[in-house]
Amino acid sequence: MSSETKQILTTDGIPLEVSLKKAEKKNKIKAFLLVAPLLLFLVITYIFPIGDMFMRSVDDRMVTNMLPKTFKAMEKWENLEELPPEEVYRGFYEDYKVLVEKQEHGKLGQRLNKEKNGFNTITKRLFRQIKRNKIDESISIKEQINKIHKRWRNVEFWLAIKRTAPPYTMAKYLKGMDMYVASDGSIAQVDEDRRIHRILWLRTLEIAFFVTLFSFFMGYPIAHLLATLPMKYSNLLMICVLLPFWTSLLVRTASWMILLQQQGVVNDFFVMIGLVGDDNRPEMMYNKVGTYVAMTQILLPFMVLPLYSVMKTISPSLMRAGKSLGGTPFVAFWKVYFPLTIPGIGAGCLLVFILAIGYYITPALVGGASGTLISNQIAFHMKTTLDWSFASAMGLMLLTGVLVIYWIYNKLVGVDNIKLG
Amino acid sequence: MSKNPEFVKFDKVDKSYDGKVLVVKDLQLDIAEGEFITMLGPSGSGKTTCLMMLAGFETPTHGEILLDGNIISNIPPHKRGIGMVFQNYALFPHMTVYENLAFPLRVRKVEKDEIDKKVDKALSMVSLNGFETRMPAQLSGGQQQRVAVARALVFDPAVVLMDEPLGALDKNLRESMQYEIKHIHESIGVTVVYVTHDQSEALTMSNRIAVFNDGKVQQLSNPSELYEKPVNSFVAEFIGENNTFNGEIVDIDKDKCKVKLANSEILANPISVKSKGEKTTVSLRPERALINPSEKMDNMFSGKIEEVIYHGDHTRVRLNLLGSSEFILKVPNSTSNLELKVSQDINIGWNSVDARALDPK
Repeated sequence: MSSETKQILTTDGIPLEVSLKKAEKKNKIKAFLLVAPLLLFLVITYIFPIGDMFMRSVDDRMVTNMLPKTFKAMEKWENLEELPPEEVYRGFYEDYKVLVEKQEHGKLGQRLNKEKNGFNTITKRLFRQIKRNKIDESISIKEQINKIHKRWRNVEFWLAIKRTAPPYTMAKYLKGMDMYVASDGSIAQVDEDRRIHRILWLRTLEIAFFVTLFSFFMGYPIAHLLATLPMKYSNLLMICVLLPFWTSLLVRTASWMILLQQQGVVNDFFVMIGLVGDDNRPEMMYNKVGTYVAMTQILLPFMVLPLYSVMKTISPSLMRAGKSLGGTPFVAFWKVYFPLTIPGIGAGCLLVFILAIGYYITPALVGGASGTLISNQIAFHMKTTLDWSFASAMGLMLLTGVLVIYWIYNKLVGVDNIKLG
Repeated sequence: MSKNPEFVKFDKVDKSYDGKVLVVKDLQLDIAEGEFITMLGPSGSGKTTCLMMLAGFETPTHGEILLDGNIISNIPPHKRGIGMVFQNYALFPHMTVYENLAFPLRVRKVEKDEIDKKVDKALSMVSLNGFETRMPAQLSGGQQQRVAVARALVFDPAVVLMDEPLGALDKNLRESMQYEIKHIHESIGVTVVYVTHDQSEALTMSNRIAVFNDGKVQQLSNPSELYEKPVNSFVAEFIGENNTFNGEIVDIDKDKCKVKLANSEILANPISVKSKGEKTTVSLRPERALINPSEKMDNMFSGKIEEVIYHGDHTRVRLNLLGSSEFILKVPNSTSNLELKVSQDINIGWNSVDARALDPK
């Protein structure tokens, strides 16, 4: 009892805890220095870019910075059903004049036009009035602007300006789910014929799910064979499994294109054995079939390796015990062997699913229009439309999705049950 | 109930894995019902292969195995109803002790109440009541071992096979488990086929021991006979300690023979020698040779002590005797012990009955 209440001292009279900390400090510093380069690398290449992506995806400061006086004045605009008061007009006019001097007024017009159609015209008119010095600053600016175009007298347009005030926006995320903020501020769905992203998300999930399923059904027997064959055969088989790893992804995908195309090897073979007519060759590429086939082949090792490493640790005497105790081979497998491989199944499925959900090159090359995934859409916005903030938003949505899947998996199976080797 | 003396029968069984080497050669072995028989032999002698053939995990290349008069070569393992205890226990790591024991009963579609009863009985047999909900990983080696034994017995099999079940335990635990398994066998009367390479284990536990070497049964007899009367030099060498002399028969009659060694002659008991001029190896247990024997013995020699090693309950003395410096003597330690010193000369005597002239090595 006394040892619990009394502080234990070393022979020198220093408290034991202090002495222990001192002794371990050096080792801790050493250990930290060893991992420091990796930590730095992770921060620079991973955490920082994710943060940057996030900032980019929600950043909407352009208008905020262009119209500081307007938004300041708008704080006093209380009755939103009527046109804003004189101060707002004056603030907007002064901000706009600054933009004209800096020759940035065009950008504002385009940005506001995205928020509400018709802005481009009326800002250009305002620009011409300012250029000709037609605006008299000594009298009411509100009346003068209202005279330029009837849209300036429409409160909707002023509300649109007000909506762009916050420096941050969720619009890109909503767009990623085929939704947008309507003029009244509520969240609405885009027209049915323009909902492309939701289809892509669903298709990505579907393809990832089935690729995982196919890899599992193909990988399980291979892994079992690998784990039970005698060494000299299992080494050979292992090389066959690993061979794809040593070949460039692009080369593998390209070889699938050669195999699967309509004049390709597989189709030629089908025609040769008379399975299909020469004029009736099935399309196996530029659709989902191609994506399934190529992705399953490419991701198969990620399923086989965790399964193999788990199966290798299962003693063959367990199956024998199951049989000797009266279980049929199936019962012995199902009740004894299979439950023991669950950690490997979990690891393999999670790995393949997460890799599949963000897959890019293969669906881009063999997927065609109906076989592309969300990552292809991200790449499209990165390279073609240059809408980086939208690409960032979708990338983050993908990342969040993966984390959610990981979380669900953890709840269902428990991550500590995963065994990668 | 009359015991069937041929409950398990190996009938001219051969086994080869590669078609070139016979691992088991022409095995002829009958095991009586309720018997505890041990297959003893060095590794690679074919004993485990015999067990696997009986369990159904290997098929005989030639010959038949019969269980209670029925040929079982074509019956798959799960239909043979033979319990088995594996070398590494092979407990199912994802099941509790209860589930492990219930497994053979569940696959036999035994009712829940009956399962509970039988599991309880089997656990009390190995004194592990109250461990039902533990996982195998939470048990010590000895406890796992006992669960494995209970699991092999819980479905009342006719035969239980044990494949070096005590190999992974430490010495003390191994000894206590030997007695425990022996007592379980005595109380329920199941037929046990036990495989081991540990001769003391075999001697303490078995009714009969089959000594395997090179795919053949060298000797099949009860423990005392095996130790006292080995029929060939392999068995003499493998079971217990043994002093050997290599020589040639110079004279032989019914129960005595004269063996000429390099520079002397000894009297021995002819076991596997028939005629003059044969080469032979004479085997003598260390405890059969006495120092300064009080009674008259027909072999009396004098030797020089080379080494004295104290072993607690006995002292081992290495002598230079009859031209060999490897002659071992075991002297029980008692208060009236002789002063034994290195390089002292002492007289040694033994009876020719105990010196068994066997096949030459």
